[in-house]
Amino acid sequence: MKEELQKRTVKGPDGFEFEVDPLNDYYCSEAPKAHPPAYAKIVESFFNWARSESIWILGFGTGCGAIEMRPLMTPRFDAYRFGVQWRPTPRQANLFIISGYLSVKTLKRAIRSYEQMQNPKYVLGLGSCTINGGMYWDSYNTIKKLDDYMPVDLFVAGCMPRPEALLASFEELKKVIKAGKAEGANAYAENFDWYKANQKKVIKDWDMPDYNW
Amino acid sequence: MRELYEKLKTRFPLGEFTDQRDNLGFITVDKDQLRPVLYHLRDHEGFSHLVLLTAVDWIEEDRFQLTYLLSNRTRSVDVGLRVMLDRGEPVMETIHDIWPTAATYQCELREMFGIDFPDSPGVMDDFILEGWDDLPPYRRDFDTKKYSDETYAHREGRVTHDPAEYMKKQLYPDEV
Repeated sequence: MKEELQKRTVKGPDGFEFEVDPLNDYYCSEAPKAHPPAYAKIVESFFNWARSESIWILGFGTGCGAIEMRPLMTPRFDAYRFGVQWRPTPRQANLFIISGYLSVKTLKRAIRSYEQMQNPKYVLGLGSCTINGGMYWDSYNTIKKLDDYMPVDLFVAGCMPRPEALLASFEELKKVIKAGKAEGANAYAENFDWYKANQKKVIKDWDMPDYNW
Repeated sequence: MRELYEKLKTRFPLGEFTDQRDNLGFITVDKDQLRPVLYHLRDHEGFSHLVLLTAVDWIEEDRFQLTYLLSNRTRSVDVGLRVMLDRGEPVMETIHDIWPTAATYQCELREMFGIDFPDSPGVMDDFILEGWDDLPPYRRDFDTKKYSDETYAHREGRVTHDPAEYMKKQLYPDEV
């Protein structure tokens, strides 16, 4: 574990000594809770329609697929006309595009980012690497099945998919959300122990809280 | 390039020379001769830029080869220095005081090949592989496929086709 995360005694500027245990003091160990649909179906459908038209993507490119997202921000493809935009922080985003292979080091950051996003949140696996490892199927450092580590709402196959495929996938994702089937955040909360066990199996130097950023 | 080699040879004990191109050559140097040769090339021959520092695993000969590639920008000439290390005890002197960028390469070599560079800044820090507990992955006795099968869950249903056979079947189904 990193030094700054270890329990230690700190001397304040006034000479007062106190004990700091970062993992317990700065974070709480409460697991995420599932929030099942609470209202009548017609209200939930309205909510889902509204959600589907406001897809805000986390600007986090994990693999080579990140390069396919750039053209979508240009006038040629103009993804913004679909109600899609990119945001710089996980707190403002509700769609996480895993754009290609995930090395174990990136997986750790991806999990942190995913957990920091607000509910309801969606994950889109872009490219063959997220489905079965793609061309990195025998690599020592990339995961092969993204849905073992976070709930995925939609996969886009290809190596790499063209920007048009990504545009089509936004439309598909909207259908999934409108049908009320994009319950990834709840699935994550319900199977939290299973996801954590899978994550900890590959991330060998786990030095962060399990949840609650 | 041979000119440079002959010139260097009058000053330093050098090993084998490979004339790759007009503007690229490789010279084998002894481990303890590397530093004086690097200083000489930098200060007197204009090789001011360290292009890369990389390694090759000659597992059959039980050796690691370090390659220091230097560039003379004004003359557009590159020279590579080869240093052979014992594979059983791969330790090399750090050169980060000559080129600070070497520290990053040395960090990577320590992680990927397990070649140690004592006193190189941050050499023991995790670089790409966080929490790695197996053989360094670029060593040739490391079995990537085996490690991958043991560590990661694979999705069922992955099939491999021979491209030639597969396309033949697709294009001329009657002839197969």
